[in-house]
Amino acid sequence: MRQWRPYFVSGLVEAVGGPALYLLALGLGMGTLVNRNGSAALGGASYVAYIAPALLCAAALQIAFSECSFATFGRIKWRRTLWGITATPITPEIAADAHVMFISTRLTLSAVLYYLVLLVFGVAGGPAGVLMIPIAVLSAMAVGVWILALSATIDDDAAVVFNLVMRFGIVPATLFSASFFPIEQLPWVIRPLAWLSPLWHGNELARDAALGGLSAWRVALHLAVLLALFVAGFVVARHRFRSRLAS
Amino acid sequence: MTAEGVETIIAARGLTKSFRVKGGETVHAVRGVDVTVCRGEAFGFLGPNGAGKSTTMRMVACTSPRTGGELTILGRDPDTDGVAIRDRLGVVPQQDNLDEDLTVRENLYIYARYFGYPRAYCRAKAAELVEFAQLTDKAEARVSQLSGGMQRRLTIARALVNDPDVLLLDEPTTGLDPQARHVLWDRLFRLKQSGVTLVLTTHYMDEAEQLCDRLVVMDGGLIAAEGSPAELIAQYSTREVVELRFTPGEQAAAEDAAAALAARVEVLPDRLLLYTDDGDETLAAVTAAGIAPLSALVRRSTLEDVFLRLTGRSLVD
Repeated sequence: MRQWRPYFVSGLVEAVGGPALYLLALGLGMGTLVNRNGSAALGGASYVAYIAPALLCAAALQIAFSECSFATFGRIKWRRTLWGITATPITPEIAADAHVMFISTRLTLSAVLYYLVLLVFGVAGGPAGVLMIPIAVLSAMAVGVWILALSATIDDDAAVVFNLVMRFGIVPATLFSASFFPIEQLPWVIRPLAWLSPLWHGNELARDAALGGLSAWRVALHLAVLLALFVAGFVVARHRFRSRLAS
Repeated sequence: MTAEGVETIIAARGLTKSFRVKGGETVHAVRGVDVTVCRGEAFGFLGPNGAGKSTTMRMVACTSPRTGGELTILGRDPDTDGVAIRDRLGVVPQQDNLDEDLTVRENLYIYARYFGYPRAYCRAKAAELVEFAQLTDKAEARVSQLSGGMQRRLTIARALVNDPDVLLLDEPTTGLDPQARHVLWDRLFRLKQSGVTLVLTTHYMDEAEQLCDRLVVMDGGLIAAEGSPAELIAQYSTREVVELRFTPGEQAAAEDAAAALAARVEVLPDRLLLYTDDGDETLAAVTAAGIAPLSALVRRSTLEDVFLRLTGRSLVD
């Protein structure tokens, strides 16, 4: 995956600059307003400490989306490099595995950098806060594998489909998954929708790692949901890669 | 077709491939193909667009499972031994699928790594193939900066990273200028001399005559004819062709008279083709019969005549 090398520097700037901007704007700007009303609803944490784990998870999800959607689809449809790769002893399943491994590695690197920025801002929580990194990678990939499967399935309308996923999937999930406010603030009718969001499970886990507050069985439940989603999506993605590249 | 003691590389019997397309309709792309390719041979699939050539090639390349029939490549079944077979194949696809973000050398190196060779071996192989592709000056250039002909040479070089037993080429020179085509033919001829079995698809008759020892003409998913270029010409055409061109409007009057002068006469909108074994004799007969064409040309029959006779002159796609 040397292909990624030319984008390393811009990726690095984005990985550090992005979080710094979000933290400054949302944390220090909006946070000052929120904290004025007291932070009881946030479990006693300052606003910026409350949103920090969610920002990390949301950033991982964004990167997972772009790598699993246009970047992967391009290798199948536009550049067609995956057809060249699967003409060798490499099977479509191995190619799918390689995508999951590469994107997970890329997500881990970005999450580590994001975590370091959070440390600098003093909002990375205690030592257990470092667990936010694997949690963010898992929750992003639990969605990512499904987008990989989608990329191997769609053909001509890719841009439309990916934009739909972004607008009606990723963006609302980021806004309503207890990223910027607890879901208890939502009307009870739409609260179950947040339970369906993989990002909510990730946010809850990441926030627990940084600030604590979840019971053991809830941690186990969130983890189980994310793992199940990831494993099922992985199986589907491998299957879709074979149908697309060897039919 | 298989001579005694010659190893069979590809054997297909009743090979078929059907696709389910959107809307539930089934397309029968390949309807029952029998071919045998021996080691060291250059074998061609000719045919118009949509004849089933590329689909057949993908089945041979073990990247598309067959719907029916038997297929053996290098003595193995692609359904069960696809990985082992692909390990011994070189594949040149119809559309280049090089990694445009990488350099020429990196493309070769990475591709060799997909076959599981050690790094040092891949570096050496990449250096060797950069030479073979005549891209020494461009070795460190990104693929996106190469011309179409250079990219095609690189794709062919890339297919050689594993010293394949068989090289599969799907329309290797489509879209290239004459210079680039001749350079490629030269490279392919050298490979053939070194003992690599070549299997190619093309719809250029001159390419087939240049490169192929034996070929099949495919049409509508079936094999319409099989043989060496010379055999096919002997069987499906005559030795020579007389082409008569007329001033517009005067051709119709000559058609009946001309029909009696040759074994077969083909009437085209702007000219008459008289298929004959002796062109000069036929041309003399034409003149004697009082037919006065605008211009007359005597030429050898080519594979193109065979091709057009077998697959028709109308557009197929």
